[in-house]
Amino acid sequence: MKYAGLLVLPAGFFLIVAALIMFPDPTRRAVFVVCGLAVEALGLGVAVRGHILPRGESNP
Amino acid sequence: MTPVIPAAAAPEMSEAVFAFTLLLLLVSPLAIAGVALTNTGLGRSRSAAQAMFGNLAIVAVAAIVFAVLGSAIAGQPGAPSHAIHIAGTTWNWSGSGPLLLGAFRSSGAAFNASPLGLLFEFLAVALAALIPWGTGADRFRLAAGCACAAIIAGLVFPLAAHWSWCGGWLAQLGANFGLGAGFLDNGGAGSIHAVGGLAALAVVWITGPRKGKFPKEGFSMAMPSHNAVYVLFGCLLSLVGWLAWNAAGAILWFHAPLAALPEIAINTVLSAAIALVATCTVTRYRFGKPDASMCANGWMAGLVASSACVAIVTPTEALVVGLVAGIATPLLVELFELALSIDDPSGAITVHAIAGIWGLLAAGLFAPQSGQLLAQLVGIGTLLGLVLPVVYLLFAVLNRMVPFRVDPDGERIGMDLHELGGGAYPEFVIHRDDSYR
Repeated sequence: MKYAGLLVLPAGFFLIVAALIMFPDPTRRAVFVVCGLAVEALGLGVAVRGHILPRGESNP
Repeated sequence: MTPVIPAAAAPEMSEAVFAFTLLLLLVSPLAIAGVALTNTGLGRSRSAAQAMFGNLAIVAVAAIVFAVLGSAIAGQPGAPSHAIHIAGTTWNWSGSGPLLLGAFRSSGAAFNASPLGLLFEFLAVALAALIPWGTGADRFRLAAGCACAAIIAGLVFPLAAHWSWCGGWLAQLGANFGLGAGFLDNGGAGSIHAVGGLAALAVVWITGPRKGKFPKEGFSMAMPSHNAVYVLFGCLLSLVGWLAWNAAGAILWFHAPLAALPEIAINTVLSAAIALVATCTVTRYRFGKPDASMCANGWMAGLVASSACVAIVTPTEALVVGLVAGIATPLLVELFELALSIDDPSGAITVHAIAGIWGLLAAGLFAPQSGQLLAQLVGIGTLLGLVLPVVYLLFAVLNRMVPFRVDPDGERIGMDLHELGGGAYPEFVIHRDDSYR
């Protein structure tokens, strides 16, 4: 799961770059940049969850 | 290789401004000394010598690798660079300077921003590379720390620095897409602190927590700092370095006049001061007494947050920036440790990554130009969406070749004895850790 989250992070980045290229309209561009950040937040959340130690494990 | 954009004229400056900026840059390594001292104090006594020696070794490795390779990628103001063209827009993604700091030979004797910008980057890379070292305290091997520093100094920091400061695609967001003045980061909140803090997160994930930090009983074990005096004196040293760093960055990257520097200095102090008071208040409320180590983290977070926006905010806005950083720091440190199993002895992920990102966001919120907030969001998205996974991938591969974590015996006897053969405090009795019974 930790690697899935880290793969989602660049997807959000490319969404942001695509928004810059594809949308000259400031509102649409802003919406897509925020969507890209939301995807990154999702990926970061999954990556963080994947790295949480299960209860009872004190050391990797 | 992508086409090279020819060099533009580097911004000229008077001899007096050149000399003053150089003086500021020569003072700025006090920030590095402060961070090193703070990180050492936040670790355990049985790893103090290794921690401080590691700081020196990492600064040395980062300086050499940046001089050999990184400076060519980072480039400098007005220097040629590599670019790709997409949909009629030029995306300047890397410098194309000569290796081994050859740019100094080509810049000649002119008084312009080019050699000073290179010196700024040369000093900044040491701080960026140093940040993950404190996070890995008490289990991060010296060789691995130096190898991580080489990756940061040779590739990651130079790219981030080029994008932000040297006409890279983030700096050009204003010219190419009408997003305010482009990505603003005069003191390195993104290029130095967020890069270092996200690298620290990668180190924590790969290295794992210290033995006994999260015992089977389910509660996190408190491992307090071994020397609060080091920690707090490091904060004072950092303030001096930060004042110089923020002022030099404003002159170099914002072309701020000398008359603006007093306000920049006041904003820096205000941000750190209110952050310390806020952290002190939060820890007093949460734990009954102020927590000195956490307050030091709050102070540092205020300084880091100020790095991005100190040249464009008013003193009142600087207070808001520091206040948010100071309130968030103790809460996030606690959240990371208790809920997310992140063992970060120096608090670098909160202090450098989160506070740095908050500073970048604040620059967008308080900047007068329209579209500035979106430019800052694009920069933050780049740090999270590109820099973090790339750093994690590079560190994960590196971990296969140079294991990050010390062996269990080394962790038991302490990093000083294991890696250096002697302790920082040989006259002191080292007590056994209860967690190893």
